[in-house]
Amino acid sequence: MMTLRLYMAQRISALIMAPLVLMHIGVMIYAIQGGLSAAEILGRTQGSAFWFLFYGIFVIALSVHAAIGLRTVLSEWAGLRGSLLNGFSWAVLVLLLILGMQAVYGVTAT
Amino acid sequence: MIRGHQTHTIWIAFLLHRISGVALALFIPVHFWVLSHALTAPKTLDGFLHWTELGIVKFAEFGLVFLLSVHMFGGLRLMALEFLPWTSGQKTLAASAVAVSTLLAGLFLLKAI
Amino acid sequence: MVDKNHISVSVWRGGATGSFQDFKVKLEDNQTVLDVVAWIQAYADPTLSYRYACRVGMCGSCAMMVNGSPRWTCRTHVNKVLVDGKMEIAPLRNLPVIKDLATDMDPFFEKWVTAEGLHHPTKTRDDPIEAIDPSNAARVEINEGIECINCAVCYAACDTVASNLDYLGPAALQRAWSVYNDSKDAGKQAVLDAVSGAGGCHNCHSMGSCAVHCPNDLNPMKAIAGLKRETARNFFKRRT
Repeated sequence: MMTLRLYMAQRISALIMAPLVLMHIGVMIYAIQGGLSAAEILGRTQGSAFWFLFYGIFVIALSVHAAIGLRTVLSEWAGLRGSLLNGFSWAVLVLLLILGMQAVYGVTAT
Repeated sequence: MIRGHQTHTIWIAFLLHRISGVALALFIPVHFWVLSHALTAPKTLDGFLHWTELGIVKFAEFGLVFLLSVHMFGGLRLMALEFLPWTSGQKTLAASAVAVSTLLAGLFLLKAI
Repeated sequence: MVDKNHISVSVWRGGATGSFQDFKVKLEDNQTVLDVVAWIQAYADPTLSYRYACRVGMCGSCAMMVNGSPRWTCRTHVNKVLVDGKMEIAPLRNLPVIKDLATDMDPFFEKWVTAEGLHHPTKTRDDPIEAIDPSNAARVEINEGIECINCAVCYAACDTVASNLDYLGPAALQRAWSVYNDSKDAGKQAVLDAVSGAGGCHNCHSMGSCAVHCPNDLNPMKAIAGLKRETARNFFKRRT
């Protein structure tokens, strides 16, 4: 059930995310020192166009990637097919986009 | 599904990639939801972040960093296998992905405690 | 261990539903799993159904699941697979069972055709023979998969085949890759299209069980990676 289109979307979103993930892990290793706090996070991200773009792109790529990935798992391990499978996949995509954009807004908006 | 000689190195790499992917997919919505409180309810966010001082939570974060890292490096190995000229050292690459991820996650844990 | 001179063999009896039947077989010094199956049918239970032909590791007909792994039974020494004097023999996984140890190979061959693993002619018998340089890169690539004898061991080993009924499988896709690389073949686009559908090469998760189990040391996973590369390249070309 993985067609060429889904496969390319999966691979391309993965390539987009690779440098973002490395950077994110780097930031986490930096940020975890001395504990986490809302003030520390906001001090870094609030009002920042860079972080807005960084996490915005991250969320979009992640939503596509995770939706297609879960689609494969649901199809192979849960036996879902047809409209049920497609419905689940779209639901995952939409859920992650909405929650993700809320998070991006939450940490970058002023 | 686990049968006889099916449990060879590259098959285990597949399983690790799938399990890490599913685990991350389950974690991310929670991660997003917690972070979204930053703007409108920073005190609530601080309430959540307070939990991260617990040792067991730090260990769980170590696990998450490991899963993210191993999923990404494993995925890069796969894309190299698919799009770059063939290389036969797949078992070595798979093992390296686990090793690098352990180091990265270990570094995180050291900074966290 | 039943006793030092005998082994206990569990053999699948029935079709899709059935059960394992135990036989006590004399242990010999040089004995293959096929020898054991043949002994059971000849001396213990003549109703046992199984397949073999060459019995020397060339035809692939005797492929069965031995202790959960797909193998050529004529090339599997009993002393290599015995666990506490026991072993389990079942029909090849991922194929419909006709009876006992004989499976229906039709789905395997149908997928071979669906994957366009067949020659698409460019010339007629009246045209001169095409000169193929044996050292040409594409021809060398074909060599790696040319020894496939359609035994379906890779097909039985593949977990993606098990969980996706449409998936064409390692053998069919490897042959599609061979056909794609054949300079005499006119069906390159047909091959790419055939392996890009719901059951196509993109379902492969590179688990590698096909390469690990192939008795001819072929590498379908590598061939499938080649198909992925070419379909991806084609994806961008067709868009511009």
